[in-house]
Amino acid sequence: MLLPVAALLSLTVGTVSISWIEALRAVVGSSSTTQIDTILFDIRLPRILLAIFVGAVLASTGAVMQGLFRNPLADPSLIGVSSGASVGASLMIVTAGGFIQGDALVGLSLVSIGAFVGGFASTLLVYRLATSGMGTSVTTMLLAGIAIGALAGALNSLLSYFSNNDMLRQISLWQMGNLSGASWLKVSIMGVVAILLMGLFPRDSRALNALLLGESEARHLGINVQRVKRRLIVLTALGVGVSVAVAGLVGFVGLIMPHIIRLMIGPDHRWLIPASGLAGAILLVVADSLARVVVIPAELPTGILTAILGAPFFVALLLQQRKDV
Amino acid sequence: MTMSARDISLHLSGFDLLRNITLEVEAGKVTTIVGPNGAGKSSLLKVLTGEMPPTKGDVYLNSRLLNQWSLLEKAQMLAVLPQHTLLNFSFTADEVVGLGRIPHQTGSAKDVEIVAEALELVDASYLQRRFYTQMSGGEKQRVQLARVLAQIWQPSCLGEQFLVLDEPTSAFDLSHQKLTLDIVRQLAQKGVGVVMVVHDLNLAARCADNLVVIDGGVIAAQGSPEMVLTETLIDKVFGVKSIISEHPITKRPLVIT
Repeated sequence: MLLPVAALLSLTVGTVSISWIEALRAVVGSSSTTQIDTILFDIRLPRILLAIFVGAVLASTGAVMQGLFRNPLADPSLIGVSSGASVGASLMIVTAGGFIQGDALVGLSLVSIGAFVGGFASTLLVYRLATSGMGTSVTTMLLAGIAIGALAGALNSLLSYFSNNDMLRQISLWQMGNLSGASWLKVSIMGVVAILLMGLFPRDSRALNALLLGESEARHLGINVQRVKRRLIVLTALGVGVSVAVAGLVGFVGLIMPHIIRLMIGPDHRWLIPASGLAGAILLVVADSLARVVVIPAELPTGILTAILGAPFFVALLLQQRKDV
Repeated sequence: MTMSARDISLHLSGFDLLRNITLEVEAGKVTTIVGPNGAGKSSLLKVLTGEMPPTKGDVYLNSRLLNQWSLLEKAQMLAVLPQHTLLNFSFTADEVVGLGRIPHQTGSAKDVEIVAEALELVDASYLQRRFYTQMSGGEKQRVQLARVLAQIWQPSCLGEQFLVLDEPTSAFDLSHQKLTLDIVRQLAQKGVGVVMVVHDLNLAARCADNLVVIDGGVIAAQGSPEMVLTETLIDKVFGVKSIISEHPITKRPLVIT
């Protein structure tokens, strides 16, 4: 309910403001001017849809990772996907230099491809490191994720050190997360991934519930823990890898949204995953709308606003919960 | 029908945890395992339930090799209550017990009914809507007990059912210890085979059909409590001098130390 309202409102705001009546009219197909059409359909609508899909994917994979690691402080970056993506993106910015201005490769920039490859490869590496004949140890995976994260951080600093001012700015902007590069191609790729994840996660939500008891307990409840783990890690790497590729590092959504939803409706993954996805989508749409208007005519990176919006809300929720207990 | 270990040994990182153990757990009987700390009781349970493959020997469930059953089939016949379950997420008690219904496709209405009955049986109905994370140790243990009871609440068409309990009464007060023993006896009467590790010899003597004493990874003695519990055995295994008497009411052996 809140999501369509937020999305519609978001259509109206930006450097050129468009009244919500005009926006609504354009959406149903009887628009007044072509200029408004262009702004709405070529710029804002893809951006909003991208925000919805990225927000949903980040928050739902966050919920999945927290369940899998039995740790409410886990987030998708734990399995190395963000740090790897970061290195991939920086590497592209530094080495490919000028090419990345235009959308070089079929509308997807080299940076996106670098980010996706980097993210996916480092997840694979972390997973391999933690998998032995006895199965995958989530503890080892956590530690391997930290190690790979540190290594990636160092590589990143190294790349930053060797880059010029312009590159440096691009790297840090990328790391703040930004939805301004939205295109219909990105939207459709992200949309397919989001729908795939939302379709496949429910299969494993009871397994995740059982996993909260512990791995051997879950096995005694008839769950093939290793298979569930592998499936969820691959899906998360895919989802977060693509998100990072199209939007950079948008922090906060994956860690805090599932947390907030858990405080509100409890830890049952059958509801937690879709609800987190929805909440993540709303947060990102709102944050991105604000990002477009607070410093008109310029724009802020979206990632800055997700934290500015989400953190106080989360703190308020924590305080209220402490009162209830 | 039985759950059985045939001549199993378990070596783990250079240690002999279990050596040549043969054990039959009969359906409808209560098998109780006692022994000093580190004797291999938990290792034996892990091998029996398929959590660890034995280095040597075979484990059977209902006359089929344990690992020939699928995980789901196994879960419908065998429920396991570990010594500790770490659950840091704020599920309510009925949600925790509901996890025990995961292997079954009985529909949510039936599941809700079973969850309520299981909680009632362990005297935890009042906990139903409370958060697991806010319960006392004994309450948590009762909720976990209800969870494994819910898992084998209805007979399975695959074969006899078994319940494995690792120190189920460690956090219980007297009345809940007795309640647990009553539940265990009831289950056995319904045909469930129960395997239970306990530390209190008198508790073991009171409910066991078959008492198994483990020491240093081997079976030191097994049989009826009357046969097994002797002053020499307790001295040999636990290094404690004792007197064996008879319980005035239950007529079971009574160990006085």
